[in-house]
Formats: sequence, C-alpha cells, structure tokens
Amino acid sequence: MSTANAQSAAFVRREMLAEQEPPLSERGVIKWMRENLFSGPLNTLLTILGLAAVFVVINLALPWLLHSVWNANSVAECRAIIAERYGEGAHGACWAVIRERWPQFLYGFYPSSLYWRPLVAFLLLFVALAPVLFAHLPRKMLWFSMAYPAVAFWMLWGGSIWVPVMVMAGFAIGWFAYRVLLPVSGAILASIAAVLAPVIWWLFLSGAVAGALQSVLPIAIQSVSSDKFGGFVLSITIGLCGIAFSLPMGIVLALGRRSDMLLVKALSVGFIEFIRGVPLITLLFTASLLLNYFLPPGSNFDIILRVIIMVTLFSAAYIAEVIRGGLAALPRGQYEAADALGLDYWRAQRLVIMPQALKISIPGIVSSFIGLFKDTTLVIFVGLLDPLKGITDAVRASIDWKGVYWEPYIFVGAIFFAICFSMSRYSMYLENKLKRDNR
Amino acid sequence: MTKSVFLGTVAAAGLCAGFASAATLDDVKARGELNCGVTTGLVGFAAPDANGNWSGFDVDVCKAVAAAVLGDATKVKYVPTTGQTRFTALASGEIDLLARNTTWTFSRDTDLKFTFVGVNYYDGQGFMVRKDLGVTSAKELEGATVCIQTGTTTELNLADFFKTNNLSYIPVAIETNAEGEQQYLAGACDTYTTDASGLASTRAALADPENHVILPEIISKEPLGPLVRHGDDQWADIARWTLNALIAAEEYGITSANIDELAKGTENPEINRMLGNEGDLGAMVGLDAQWAYRAIKASGNFGEIFAANIGESTPIGLARGLNAQWTQGGLLYSPPFR
Repeated sequence: MSTANAQSAAFVRREMLAEQEPPLSERGVIKWMRENLFSGPLNTLLTILGLAAVFVVINLALPWLLHSVWNANSVAECRAIIAERYGEGAHGACWAVIRERWPQFLYGFYPSSLYWRPLVAFLLLFVALAPVLFAHLPRKMLWFSMAYPAVAFWMLWGGSIWVPVMVMAGFAIGWFAYRVLLPVSGAILASIAAVLAPVIWWLFLSGAVAGALQSVLPIAIQSVSSDKFGGFVLSITIGLCGIAFSLPMGIVLALGRRSDMLLVKALSVGFIEFIRGVPLITLLFTASLLLNYFLPPGSNFDIILRVIIMVTLFSAAYIAEVIRGGLAALPRGQYEAADALGLDYWRAQRLVIMPQALKISIPGIVSSFIGLFKDTTLVIFVGLLDPLKGITDAVRASIDWKGVYWEPYIFVGAIFFAICFSMSRYSMYLENKLKRDNR
Repeated sequence: MTKSVFLGTVAAAGLCAGFASAATLDDVKARGELNCGVTTGLVGFAAPDANGNWSGFDVDVCKAVAAAVLGDATKVKYVPTTGQTRFTALASGEIDLLARNTTWTFSRDTDLKFTFVGVNYYDGQGFMVRKDLGVTSAKELEGATVCIQTGTTTELNLADFFKTNNLSYIPVAIETNAEGEQQYLAGACDTYTTDASGLASTRAALADPENHVILPEIISKEPLGPLVRHGDDQWADIARWTLNALIAAEEYGITSANIDELAKGTENPEINRMLGNEGDLGAMVGLDAQWAYRAIKASGNFGEIFAANIGESTPIGLARGLNAQWTQGGLLYSPPFR
C-alpha cells in the first residue's frame, strides 16, 4: 500500500528533510538581544543609555582599580608609586591603608594579643546558630546555643568566668522556681515567681556569689573594657545582641498588641508606637547622654550595654509589627481550630498560630535584622567607633592616611554586603524549605 | 528641634553638674586614671595609631595633666567625643577634662557652665582655593561656591564675613572634613573653608599641594583650649596651671632634654619654684612638689609639643604665628609661678 501511495502521489515527500537551523534572527545571541534588549524603540533607547552608564562607570573605576597599590606606608608613598608605574597624573586605589589598618577596622582598639578571643566568639557563634538554623542537626546542640551568650560575653569582655556563669544561673533559678511552684500554687503564681526569683538573684546575690566563687576558684582571663571595642567587633556585638533579644521581645509585643486584655494591649501599643515614632539616633542620644543624668551619680553603666538595650527596644517594635502582619494574615479558622482542640492560649500560640505566622513573616523579619545590623553604624554619633565612619575617620586622622577616601568605604561596604547578603540568602533558603502550598 | 533638645539636655546637665562630683581630683586619684575627652580623630590634634595609641597636640595636654596628677602620663583613658556629645560628656562627669579643639566662646563658658582653663591653640577660619582660580584675597570671592561644614560656627562666620564685605556666595553643605576635601577636589566648590589648621593639614595631604593656596584672610577668632566643669575650682586650677607650666617651660627654656638637669636646682628662682625646689606651689593646688616637673617631662614643653605634632617639621607644617611666646610676638603668656 505504501508503494502504491508513493507512486500515485509523486509530490508527497517520502523521507523527512534534515533539520535546519532556525534563521539567523531567531537563534542564539541575536535572538536573545532582539527579545531582551532591542524589542522596541523605548527598550532600545534604554539599553543604549544603560550601556553608556555602565561604560562611564567602568571607565572611571577600572583604571583606578587596576592601578591599585598594596605596599606602601602612606598616601604620599602610594601616589609616588602610582606616578612611577603608570605615569604622572594617573589615579589609583591605595589599598595599603587597608593592608596596614585592617585589624582596626575589624577589631577597633581590642588588644592585638587578644584578637583570637573575638574570633573564637565569632566562630562559636556558628556552632551555636547551626542547630537553630538547620533543623536536621542533633537537638542536643541547642544546649550549647543556650549557653552561648555567656560564652561570648566571657570571650569578648573577659574577666572572671563566674560573672557570666552566675548570670546564666539566674535563668536556671527562674526555671527551677517555676517547676517547684507549678504543682503547689498554679500557673500564675509560678510564672510570677519565675520572673521575680532571677531578678532578685541578679540584683542582690549574684555579684556576691560570683565574688566568693572567684576567691575560692579563681578562673579569669584578661578583661577588656568597652572603650576598646570598635570596628566590626562592635557592630557585630551590637547587631547580634539586638537580633537575638529583639525577636522574642517582638513576638511578645505582637501578641500583646492583639491581646484582649486592655492593659496589656495599651502598654504594647504605646510602646510600639512610641519607639516607632522616634528616630534611632534620638534613642542612642538618650542612651548616651540622658541616662547619665537619670542614673545616680557615680554609677557607670556601660555605654555599649546602654546602646544594645536601645537598639533592642527599637528593633523589637519593628519586629512586633512584622509579626503582627503575619498573625493578621492567618485565616480566622486557624485560631478557632486551635480553640476547638481545647488548647490553652500559650499552647495554641506555640503549636498552631506562631509556626504559621512566623513563616509568613520571615522576609519581613530578616529585612528588619539586616536593617538593624546596618543601623549599628549610627553609634558613631554617641562616640563609639563604628567601622564605617568612626574607624575610617580615626584612620584618616593619621597624617599618613589623610586623603584616602573611597578605599575604606569600599572595604567596609564589602564586608557589610557579605554579611547582609548571607542573611538574605538564608532567609530565602528557609522560605523554600518551609514552603507549604496552602493558598 | 534637635538643637533645642540638645541645649535643654546640656542645661539639665549644668544643673546636675553641681552635685555630680565635687572633688574631681579625688575621683581621678581614686580611679587611677584620667578620663580625657578627645576628638574621634583630627590630624595633628588627636589620632590613634595602628595599635590604638593616641597621639597629637590635644592628647599631649591630657598626658601632661595625667602626669601632674597621677604621676604617669600613660594613665589616661581617651574618650572619643563628637561635636554633639562632647559637652554632655563633660557636664555629666563621664570625662574629667575635654581637650578637643573646642573654641572658647561666651555662651560655652557661661551658659553651658564650663570653665575654659586657657588656650592651647589660637586658630582662625581661612579659605583654600586652587591657584589657577587667580584669587589672592578672600575679598575677591564674589559669587564663589563655598564648601562649608553645616552646623558649625564656621558656617556663621562665613555668613558674617560675606555680609560685612557685601559679597554673595553659594554654600555647598558638607558633613565632614573628608567629604569637604573630596567635594573641593572634585570641583564642586571654588573654595573650601574651615579652621586654618585644618586647611593646612588638608593642603598638606593633597596630591598637588603646590596648586592650592590658603588665602591670607583669617575671618574669625577660634581660641581652642581645654575645659572643665564649673563648680570645681581646684580641678580647674590644676588643668590651667598644667597648661601654663608647659607654656612657661618654653619661655624659660625648660625642655624634656634638660629638665632633669634643671630639676637639681638652678639660679632662676622661678624655674626652681616650678620644678619644686623652692616654695610649695604643688601643695597649693593639692598636688606634690614635682607635679610640673612630671607634666613637662611627659611630652616636653609647649614648643616641643607643637613641633612634634603640628609644627613646621611635620607634614602639616604650621608656623607658630599667634601661637608663639609673647617674647616672640605671639600670644602665649603664662602668668608668673609665684
């Protein structure tokens, strides 16, 4: 039959043609450019303008970067080397300033023989964060995460080991008080005791006990006072404390704002709106200047601690609003379902509401954290040496390096970018991992 | 608004200062450390090196006071202060002495309740221009764009100067010195104005200092000096006479090199009184007899401090000018040690 067909219809092709390449304008680079860069008069114009802008920037920056000098002792020397290598009038980057002063950008005035301590604290941070960030790690590691604040404090400030140990003991005492009182007196009294017992411990007892223990078993490392902190050690310390403490505080505030209890609600709303209505710099000035007068004369309340408290309060108000957004996005049925299961308020929050609300809020929370970390550079206004302006100005105040402008900013900016970009990437990983298609 | 809050804070500070601490000398001795407010960094006046050790013209005042009071010039805690925080830091007792190129003005002395203990640098506001602009006097700056730090007295001085000379100008607001240099170099302004000492160090750090000139006009008086809180005259006396000792030491030829020799006793009774061989000047300010010896020994006399940090042998290359001894036609004049 096939032969009959073939003979009866000579015009029908019997074998397939070899596949041909698509026409030139429909393939490869040209197609891509036509579709993406020159698809219409407006896009063509924008492409040309964009290319011109890129060209101008590269034209300015590339020679400058190519003419980099790493080995020199001063700006003048840098300039001499550039003039010698690339001719008179050539511009070049003087990275020698970073080469000589990078420890100051990272550690501030931290004693150089003790640089390992912030480094150890920083590396241990990842050990402490790992079980929090990645769920498949053994849960026992969380114990280290809980002890980490004390470890980091001891590593950074040094001094007697018993001070951070006694502070941590306060939390154990609170937990113990709760456990002991819970069967005896009921949840409310137990909760109150759980808050009061540690406060009394910290205010009146822990100092004396730490002193006594220190005299019995002296374990201490060289202490470093707060005025030695600067650069990224300062930024990361303030940023991390702010992040770690503002998240739980923000959750509590968000719940408080949605609470049915008038007083709790009013206090939460008042706090959030007050803090959000005031610029961070005002709070920093309050921490640095006003608190000096409110506190009794002679009490020297550490400036870094004051700043951390203010930054935490500031960030907590923003986190609270982000989480409130997550809470509002949950369908009402979720709350009702939790109630229908007979869960009490805290269980409902912990098992049903919060896991969903926090998941929705992740991008907002991480944005807040990134913003908080970058805001730590504002501490320059209260005389703390942040890496961006404080240390940079201090370095420029040396006659050797007066006249460098872009290099320190680029260096510090690159480190900030690396840290903030990792945070944002982690948040994307977390979003993908938690993605449940419930809409 | 910020300014009124700030002034309110400072006023409150002044009220509290009275009872914050009555005897600064005792506090400093008990602490074993002098808390000295300095800038966060100004070339020649105060700057930390790669190891975090501070040095500079203002820093040496801190060192001299620490040496006089505590017997050790290294026992100073340098507290970096900004233009905003310096006065409250002093008023609240966070620092004992502010040595941060602060201009002595009426309102700071009276309204803010501070005591300026003297002048360690007579500065004044000047202008820097590019040579090819062809300007030789600030009075030729008609219609010029001027880079000016906002919120400083220099801004007000500039307005006054142009108004009195009936000239117009276009201000280009900048935030910091480094930014001002950058704008000036980029050609955003025809002239850059700030204190003459700052202009000199800026010019010294340029790639082509020979193409820039500092105009001869000095349009303001900026007597910079260390200051302390009102209410503790003994402490103010100590700071004042430590500074005077440095100035007088130069006048009488006491240097860090020959001070040990002179301290054994000389023909000059004034030197003997200063260095503790005659009389009991130290006891009168609550210190021991060797206080001035140690203060001068710390970094040398005023002339040596000037030469080491900002003088003509340094890259900044400031001439003594007004800051020469009165015997050399300058304004430095220490009252007698008697």
